[in-house]
Amino acid sequence: MTKKGETKAGLYKETLLAGLWRENPVFRLLLGMCPTLAVTAAVKPAFTMGCCVIFVLFCSNIVVSLMRNLLKPHLRILMFTLTIATFVTIADLYLKAFVPDMSETLGPYVPLIIVNCIIICRAEACASKNGLAVSIIDAVGMGIGFTLTLCLLAGVRELLATGAVCEIAILPLLKEDGWFVPWAAMSMPVGAFITLGLMLGLVNLLSKSKS
Amino acid sequence: MDMVTALVLAFISIVLINNLVFTKFLGICPYLGVSGRIDMAFGMGMAVTFVVTLSGTMTYMIDNWILKELGLEVTRYVCFILVIAGAVQLVEMYLRKFFPSLYESFGIFLPLITTNCAILGLCLFINLWEIDRLLEAVVLSFGAGIGFTMAICIMAGIRENLKLADVPECLKGAPITLITAGLLTLAFMGFAGMIR
Repeated sequence: MTKKGETKAGLYKETLLAGLWRENPVFRLLLGMCPTLAVTAAVKPAFTMGCCVIFVLFCSNIVVSLMRNLLKPHLRILMFTLTIATFVTIADLYLKAFVPDMSETLGPYVPLIIVNCIIICRAEACASKNGLAVSIIDAVGMGIGFTLTLCLLAGVRELLATGAVCEIAILPLLKEDGWFVPWAAMSMPVGAFITLGLMLGLVNLLSKSKS
Repeated sequence: MDMVTALVLAFISIVLINNLVFTKFLGICPYLGVSGRIDMAFGMGMAVTFVVTLSGTMTYMIDNWILKELGLEVTRYVCFILVIAGAVQLVEMYLRKFFPSLYESFGIFLPLITTNCAILGLCLFINLWEIDRLLEAVVLSFGAGIGFTMAICIMAGIRENLKLADVPECLKGAPITLITAGLLTLAFMGFAGMIR
């Protein structure tokens, strides 16, 4: 009995850690690229986005896991998207009501969570095949992994574009008698693509030298 | 005449200046996934153009003539995604019947057009920009599809040549594609000042 409990706990831990590094949605699975690139000009919107994705992923994984035995194969993608669309609507209305300025900044990228590949991929690959507990843990692991990646990317971009992280100045700016010249391209699409490209390269390099 | 000018400007702006792939980061997944070969990229672009024109027009009509009349804006996202899924199903059936070889080579990417952010994104942007004429919405939807096709074909052309280049080991595959895409967006920023 204890042995079974151990393996189960081991499975949970494994699932949780997979989302953080081994199967990190952005770096490893290359999923959810659109929001990753679009909202990472600064840390705050990136973090808000990450929280929305965690909420939606969590709820939709629960629902999909509960109805996994009722689904007809050819209708499942449609059912997934409808479930996700419902939760995204909830998240969107919540943001509009309580943090309107953040909702303004994120704009259409909140409803675009509906077509975020991470959520559909997890519904398909995990929630529709596993029980409730594994699905929930998988959602938490993947969600946190995604949020951390987003914040990391946003941190680098915000630092280079404005010399500040979370609007707290870190590098002394040239116009305030410092030395740092803000790198405007970093807050533009160019910065997003190139930073992510170089980061992916770095991750490849690190994981290769490890193994 | 004013109408025609407005429509032409809307078309140019969505294809070049507000290109969904380069400035709004929409449709990145197929952009990175399918852009390996130029013929497939073109086929994909055509399929997306068709779906986006159809669903952009339909969502505009549904949104303005049904949802706003009835005060059901809350269900907007659910309705949009249903329309898109229906349009994709239509394309899938058509391709399977008339172009079976193309259908085979797309594989999983065809049903995944449903989750192509460019399509839902455009429907949302039409809503956000408060377009008030149906014709303008149609032109914008069609232009978005053409813009996507152009972006994905340029990328496929570059990637076919990139195979011959000596890329550092750790940058092979996705990283170098992203960096290339970054340089392309830089080029497309040059169009920004074209229309006041």
